[in-house]
Amino acid sequence: MSRKPIVTPPRAPGSASLETVIRFENVSMRYGRGPEVLTDIAFALPRGSFHFLTGPSGSGKSSILKLIYLAERAAGGRIELFGQDLAGLKRRSRPQIRRRIGVVFQDFRLLDHLSVFDNAALAPRIAGRKPSDYRGDVADLLAWVGLGEKIHAFPPALSGGEKQRLAIARAVINRPDLLIADEPTGNVDEAMGLRLLRLFLELNRVGTTVLIASHDSELVAKSGMPAIALAEGRLAARRL
Amino acid sequence: MKAALSPERWRPAPLLPRGDGRDPAFLFLIAALCFFAGLAAVAGLAGERAAEGWRSELGGSATIVVRAQGGQTPDEAAAAAAEAVSKLKGVTEAQALEKAKADALLAPWIGAAALPPDLPVPRLVTVELDRKAPATGAEMRKALAAAGVDATVDDHSRWTSDLMRAGVLARAIAAALFVLILAVLGAAIAFAARQDLAARRDLVEALHLCGASDGAIAGLFQARFALSAVEAGVVGAALAAAAAALLKALGAGEGLAAPPIAWKDLLAVAPAPVLGALVAALAARATAMAMLAEGP
Repeated sequence: MSRKPIVTPPRAPGSASLETVIRFENVSMRYGRGPEVLTDIAFALPRGSFHFLTGPSGSGKSSILKLIYLAERAAGGRIELFGQDLAGLKRRSRPQIRRRIGVVFQDFRLLDHLSVFDNAALAPRIAGRKPSDYRGDVADLLAWVGLGEKIHAFPPALSGGEKQRLAIARAVINRPDLLIADEPTGNVDEAMGLRLLRLFLELNRVGTTVLIASHDSELVAKSGMPAIALAEGRLAARRL
Repeated sequence: MKAALSPERWRPAPLLPRGDGRDPAFLFLIAALCFFAGLAAVAGLAGERAAEGWRSELGGSATIVVRAQGGQTPDEAAAAAAEAVSKLKGVTEAQALEKAKADALLAPWIGAAALPPDLPVPRLVTVELDRKAPATGAEMRKALAAAGVDATVDDHSRWTSDLMRAGVLARAIAAALFVLILAVLGAAIAFAARQDLAARRDLVEALHLCGASDGAIAGLFQARFALSAVEAGVVGAALAAAAAALLKALGAGEGLAAPPIAWKDLLAVAPAPVLGALVAALAARATAMAMLAEGP
């Protein structure tokens, strides 16, 4: 059986395209009729870039990610994803955008009734691909994240680190253009946090645009990657 | 062990947990509703058959009340009436009742002992009609008038039209019950689907994030509830057929108290699980789509 390689050859340093994957222009957001949780947010992330979104709890990191993965709508301003204005995006067009985004959460959000293999295979299955077309990819990816021997296990039987690696596998199986992660190292120990960081860097090396929300300043510093800092719902600083 | 872990042996597991939409109390409710829907269908057919049977019985005969005129004796007048109508097309037999039988018919009202012998009791002629093409009351009246017989024809048409109406009403009530039961089933499915969807927010979110459309997610719940409805509906419909068969075996139709059930009537339960599944699918999909539209 021929399989497409999961890990494509890395790009040469500095080869990130100038094409913008995410663009926020004066974006504000509120939950229901509550106060603004994001005010006047503006930034743009080019294709193939790697950024952290930092700031204390409640600073608005998760809210920005929710806007990106279409779980919330902006109250004001303009958001572009892959060059498409989200304000004009019809509901039926959302799945196409979501298929280009992989999302990883601090609390994993795996489906406990599905095996490791089924969890990882969720995205291609939803995209309508035949099992025979993607099961090799899933097996290779699970082996790559270190879960090759646990493909028939179920999430409750996995450790925190294994769950997070499975969540990452699920998020990247369809080779999304953009990978976003909300405190992905929040529920794992430091060693596993570094291992996960290497995984994200590796994914970025093969061309995936990565945006990680984290309040772990030590991890951000170790990565050497740029960060967008938030404070009380506003952009505080941008370290490039 | 290696073989057990082989991805080649992997087959996708159902996205919805196997137990969802299969709560025993819920399945019992679906089965019970399909049982009643099946019984309503059988009762509608049996009611219509009973009305048709009674109409046929009444429409297959007529009674002529004959009054003697001039120098005729009542027996002569009755004989003349019987002869006049027996020649009509659509009449298979006309028979004048003897005086004793006419008296016997009056006995319940005025008592046999009280009848004076010279009382001019009207004579009766019983007429058996061809069931397929019976002579009409008008035709009999015309023949009697032509024969110079003073008589009143009762062709039971007043009763047969009432019975026809009763048959139509029985069928309409059964159909309304059937539809009402399916509507209740739809409401129950909508309620259960709403609960199921609310309990599976994690799954819905994961599917959305992986790029599933609202329609695809609703389709999961739609298929699950339709399948549950078919399974429980088949059990309910089978029980309804068994109950109808038991009624038939116990002698239904032998009196007025129970409707006549034919073996082929038992097939009327078959649409219940099919329509139940259809209603379940539509109700589950509509509910899921409405709930998903409320979300992001």
